[in-house]
Amino acid sequence: MSELRRLLALLLLAGSFATAQEITVAAAADMSAALPQLVEAYTKKTGQTVKLSFGASGNLTNQIRNGAPFDVFFSADEEYPQQLIAEGLAQKNTLYRYAVGRLVLWVPAESPLDLSKLGMKALLDPSVKKISIANPATAPYGRAAEAALRHFEIYDRVSSRLVVGENVSQAAQFVESGNAQAGLIALSHALAPAMKDKGRYWTVPLDAYPTLNQAAVVLSKSKQQDAARRFLEFLRSPEATSLLTTYGFNLPAEKH
Amino acid sequence: MNWEAFWLTVRLAAIVSTLLIAIGIPIAYWLTYSRWRWKFLVEAAVALPIVLPPTVLGFYVLVALGSRSPLGRWWESLTGHTLAFTFEGLVIGSLLYSLPFAVQPFAASFGAVDRQLLRASASLGHSPLQTFRRIVLPLSKAGLVTGFALSFAHTLGEFGVVLMVGGNIPGVTRTISIDIYDQVQTANYSSANQTALLLLVISFLVLSIVYGANRRPWAVGPWR
Repeated sequence: MSELRRLLALLLLAGSFATAQEITVAAAADMSAALPQLVEAYTKKTGQTVKLSFGASGNLTNQIRNGAPFDVFFSADEEYPQQLIAEGLAQKNTLYRYAVGRLVLWVPAESPLDLSKLGMKALLDPSVKKISIANPATAPYGRAAEAALRHFEIYDRVSSRLVVGENVSQAAQFVESGNAQAGLIALSHALAPAMKDKGRYWTVPLDAYPTLNQAAVVLSKSKQQDAARRFLEFLRSPEATSLLTTYGFNLPAEKH
Repeated sequence: MNWEAFWLTVRLAAIVSTLLIAIGIPIAYWLTYSRWRWKFLVEAAVALPIVLPPTVLGFYVLVALGSRSPLGRWWESLTGHTLAFTFEGLVIGSLLYSLPFAVQPFAASFGAVDRQLLRASASLGHSPLQTFRRIVLPLSKAGLVTGFALSFAHTLGEFGVVLMVGGNIPGVTRTISIDIYDQVQTANYSSANQTALLLLVISFLVLSIVYGANRRPWAVGPWR
């Protein structure tokens, strides 16, 4: 019995050590393919383990406001981190624009639409019965999608066919599974192994929607400020930036 | 308060619980009177939605009934669209999701009817169907009310399946639970609170009807 108790105590102790080292990152859904790879490289290099939690940036912001135990927040825009800074929930001097997100129009491989010729106008084709976008209320990519539809002056003609994913990953899944015939999703999803060979995409020009300046920030309530800062520092390394580039993110300095 | 979402949800729940009366009674009848040795397998299958996460159901509606599957293509050729993102899709998902909440109370009340009465009815020349209609059904009123009310309330509160296959279309698939979720996620707590409170009150009323209907001896009315 006492052996068992000792073992239990040991396990508990080991567990608490593990969590003391581990940092938890809340990240925008468009990072769902790239970030696990970044983390893998980081863990291999430093031994630091990182737990990931994905969602729409707006949802994550709201969770943070309600005390979610995250150390770092990767947003798909800069507004949400700015709001958190203004509310004293994030550390201003850690704010880092790590990438510029790109919006693409994606159709499944079997789609007859010629995206390179039609561009956004492909959405007016009668074969496109449903168009998936992320929720504009909580997801920067959803707002970008709406802005792009307005930019090409087709919003009113397609708005009745929009289906709204809870975040941009779900929007991608709606069109990847063939339930929607087209989707306005993140380039990082279109380039991810899970979707790469399953469809074609057309990159929406940057001037069609407000720039998706993706920003990361260390959260004020984090008990591991140093570890969190070190992880953000890693994002500036050539290793990290080249990986972000392969997932279609523009780097903050460069223009299209 | 989003009344469009509210009435949409009430419509969904009313359609689903009414259809479940039609679908659930034959199933419950069979479950009650069948002597098939593998009956327990059917009972287990009917009860599945109680234990399965809604995500499993949502996943199958999206993928197994999606446009890539034979079943999905058949549906598409019939109706011109896929099940996902439509009101019918929600109805079908909810039928599966709420099935045990109708069938189990039905079957329990059918099973509670004294078999002597059934034998007496048969000896007086009634067919099993006549006996069922004239003896079993009237004696099972409480069970029928319970099944109807529970499946109504359960559909009213459905969230996971709708989140996965609904596509959040106002007036079509944005149900009240999705609306609450969106309100909370955008920190509109007062709006979320109004809607949540209304749902709480309705659910309480529905469950009160269930327990009231099942309150055995009404010798002493609740009003006294």
